[in-house]
Amino acid sequence: MPVYSDKVMDHFMSPRNVGEIDNADGVGEVGNPVCGDMMTFYIKVKDNHISDVKYKTFGCGAAIAVSSMVSEMAKGKTLEEAKKITPSLVAKELEGLPKNKYHCSNLGAEALGKAIDNYLKKQGEGSKKGGKK
Amino acid sequence: MRQVYLDYVATTPVLPKVLEAMLPYFKDAYGNAQSLHDWGDKAREAVGNARGKVADLIGGGAEEIIFTASGTESNNFAIKGLAMAQQAKGKHIVVSAIEHFSVLHSARTLEKWGFELTEVPVDKYGVVDPKDVAKKMRKDTVLVSIMHANNEVGTIQPIKEIANVVKKTGAIFHTDAVASAGSIPINVKELGVDALSLAANQFYGPKGVGALWLKKGVRIIPFLDGGVQEEGRRAGTENVPAIAGLSKAAELAKAEMAARAKRFSALRDKLITELPKRIEHVTVTGHPTQRLPGHASFCVEFIEGEAMLMLLNSQGIAVSSGSACTSRALKASHVLIAMGIPHEIAQGSLLFSFGLDNTEEDVDYVLETMPPIVDRLRQMSPLYAKFMKEKAKGGKK
Repeated sequence: MPVYSDKVMDHFMSPRNVGEIDNADGVGEVGNPVCGDMMTFYIKVKDNHISDVKYKTFGCGAAIAVSSMVSEMAKGKTLEEAKKITPSLVAKELEGLPKNKYHCSNLGAEALGKAIDNYLKKQGEGSKKGGKK
Repeated sequence: MRQVYLDYVATTPVLPKVLEAMLPYFKDAYGNAQSLHDWGDKAREAVGNARGKVADLIGGGAEEIIFTASGTESNNFAIKGLAMAQQAKGKHIVVSAIEHFSVLHSARTLEKWGFELTEVPVDKYGVVDPKDVAKKMRKDTVLVSIMHANNEVGTIQPIKEIANVVKKTGAIFHTDAVASAGSIPINVKELGVDALSLAANQFYGPKGVGALWLKKGVRIIPFLDGGVQEEGRRAGTENVPAIAGLSKAAELAKAEMAARAKRFSALRDKLITELPKRIEHVTVTGHPTQRLPGHASFCVEFIEGEAMLMLLNSQGIAVSSGSACTSRALKASHVLIAMGIPHEIAQGSLLFSFGLDNTEEDVDYVLETMPPIVDRLRQMSPLYAKFMKEKAKGGKK
């Protein structure tokens, strides 16, 4: 039995929205190479909506698939909606993740959340949602 | 699509001749080797012959071979059984930092049982310095275990020199030869060890069978209690078909060893020489010359091993990695870390191991397939992006 679901494999083999945004409105970076995964998310915000999202990921198959899925889930959403993307939602959309890879999915949502916080902070609204950093 | 298996270090296939040697013991000669009738005789004869063949492979005596169910079992048996048998003399054991988990974790279990454990470091090639072993030896050291060759980086240890150090102290010396037995010449007398582990599935025998060679006169606590099998040291009905397979595999390995090694090392050398030429920031891990013949291991910087492994698999190439993500424990290879390789580089570890089905075309296929895969993952990597930005600023690496 393969370790990953078809959906994970699809996103790993053809990741969506890979890249960087040069003049991003928000940037969020999580992880470190010691644990094996690093993600940087870049967002563009227009009228309180995520108009574009890109990322760079260092990590395993799951980490790449998670980044790709998070980018798809976030695109077009309002900031409030995007903040509601949780690791378990991402895993659900990916039709499950192996138990020992579950921490990778935490990173995707967290990185996006950090990018949104970064944007809000720049806007001088960082304290509103109680988001740290 | 081309199918290229380059993971012989994980396991080898069973050779047709080996399978043939096993089949009678499933079908006609199915007796229990302990039974006192003709059926038992046939099984007993097979087990007896196997003891001789396995002993021949490593230059030991037939009566010194104890059959086990795996290399892992042999290592558990040796570490726990030898230390426990010696505990009246002392409770200190010494192992290298790059041992297989079946040795390392057995040693840690002994710690829980009241033993003290000291790990010997390795150099950047993964070599244990006999002088370092000497420094770690104490009056109460009863057991030392240093692997013959490392399964992840292929480095072959100076076992003979280490044995000389250990012998002076009177401690028992075990070597895990699971990665090397059947691949390179081994003579237990020349090596000067007291115990040695091996496994059939590393040299074209079946899975689920291994052996522990134990020098005559060395005491060990039985691993499985029960009947009189293996002189009462490892009870349980003998796995006769598997033991017959191990026997045939050992015989073939001995006869073909030099020819196999010559072929494998040619493939290995081509990959080790060519891959770093085709891809920037790739380093060979392990010792440049003192390494297993079919073993080519690398670290590819800025990207992670499992992702490479999966993309290679999508192109029909099977390999291993020591990255955190490929390990269930999500920790980077303790071997690479012990060799002083930084975590982020160890994450990009990749291991190609050659075997009987491989040809030079397979190496060419890898050399062709790898660069676009590495490039694709690097384009996605924040570490590579950072590196390139710093490089563009004018600072050299």
